[in-house]
Amino acid sequence: MGKANFGGIVKQVCLEYTPEVNAGDYVLVHVGFALAKVDEEEAARTYQLLEEMAQLAELETPDV
Amino acid sequence: MSKRESFFMKYIDEYRSEALAQKVIGELRRIVTRPWVLMEVCGGQTHTIVKYGIDHLLPNEVELVHGPGCPVCVTSLEMIDKAHAIARRPDVIFCSFGDMLRVPGSAVDLLVLKSRGADVRVVYSPIDSLKIARANPGKKIVFFAIGFETTAPGNAMAVWQARQQGIKNFSVLVSHVLVPPAIASILQSPLNRVQGFLGPGHVCTVMGYREYEPIAERFNVPIVITGFEPLDILEGVLMTVRQLEAGKAQVQNQYPRVVKREGNRVAQELVNKVFDVCDRKWRGVGSIPKSGYKLRYEFRDHDAERLFEVEEIDTQEPSICISGLVLKGVKKPHDCPAFGKECKPEHPLGATMVSAEGACAAYYAYGRHLDLENRLAARRGVSVTPNEQ
Repeated sequence: MGKANFGGIVKQVCLEYTPEVNAGDYVLVHVGFALAKVDEEEAARTYQLLEEMAQLAELETPDV
Repeated sequence: MSKRESFFMKYIDEYRSEALAQKVIGELRRIVTRPWVLMEVCGGQTHTIVKYGIDHLLPNEVELVHGPGCPVCVTSLEMIDKAHAIARRPDVIFCSFGDMLRVPGSAVDLLVLKSRGADVRVVYSPIDSLKIARANPGKKIVFFAIGFETTAPGNAMAVWQARQQGIKNFSVLVSHVLVPPAIASILQSPLNRVQGFLGPGHVCTVMGYREYEPIAERFNVPIVITGFEPLDILEGVLMTVRQLEAGKAQVQNQYPRVVKREGNRVAQELVNKVFDVCDRKWRGVGSIPKSGYKLRYEFRDHDAERLFEVEEIDTQEPSICISGLVLKGVKKPHDCPAFGKECKPEHPLGATMVSAEGACAAYYAYGRHLDLENRLAARRGVSVTPNEQ
């Protein structure tokens, strides 16, 4: 078990399914169980792709 | 966490950027050449779509229909009546997730039974019901183990721990459902209009998405595993439409910050130890082969269906309710004559009006029962970025 902070609310969550998790990591929690560690690199990559697409869209469709 | 930080949720707020959302929608407008019908499978996604009005922001060519992914909504009436029969017993403490309490059975709901003296308790986690079992050795504690694959690891752990720790007064009434057979069933229906899917991000967090690959291939539909924030949904729609426009039908992952192709193997292992695949009846949809989990024989001492002999129940659905067609994506909530009239969250006729994840409840909560002029006026004042924080 470990403590997870949900934007200010702290609850005990079961970490049995995420043995790789360390203190300070972000996790996805469902019914009291951490099911995945949020992958920081992938999160940054998804966001970067969206931003790049936004820049491209700006170049191609200036009137939108 | 400092006060300042608490206003910004990392990995959440950046996926609600209005400026980026507008760009994704612009890109969609640029690439779409003809009408496409997409289904979001998961009730959490339906909620995001209706809350942020994403369906109204998309180009007219792209239609979103809502899928069967609300676990409370698809739990069969027989199972709910069974739960009620067990909850009525004086020797039982009946534990359930909160959104199940208002779901109408043939006669009443769990909340009504509670008001009549039944010991019905809401738990946040199945583990909480184990604690109740330890604290009440003279009572029989029954947990209503419903849900999709996302909830299965939690429910499996409760049963596993009960056996390991010899908690004999704990049992579960299992009504688990599985997403891939439901998608296949929708695609085989003669009424089907769906051409591409936003796959369920949190189900795939547990199960991975390999099992979706044969479905995409067999039915020639793109399936994009998608997250739950507005930008996730929009990117999922964009990835699906890109595939459709290019004539592709692949499984793609929009949600890699959480979902891996293999899923969570540790969780899958325990789920497979505790549960076995079985045929399952879905409310409003009917029986779907190999679409559910039941307890394995080794755990029969914790199987509420076996422990509490429940007689055959004569179930009765209200005839006016079209929740079955809503769950299959054939109809939308406002197509129902009872929507927002006889059927409201306070007096739901069908389960889709009860759970926050149900399509009818989401439509009602965000004002879709109001007339069109009101809705258009509301839309003009609503932006993609929420301001409720």
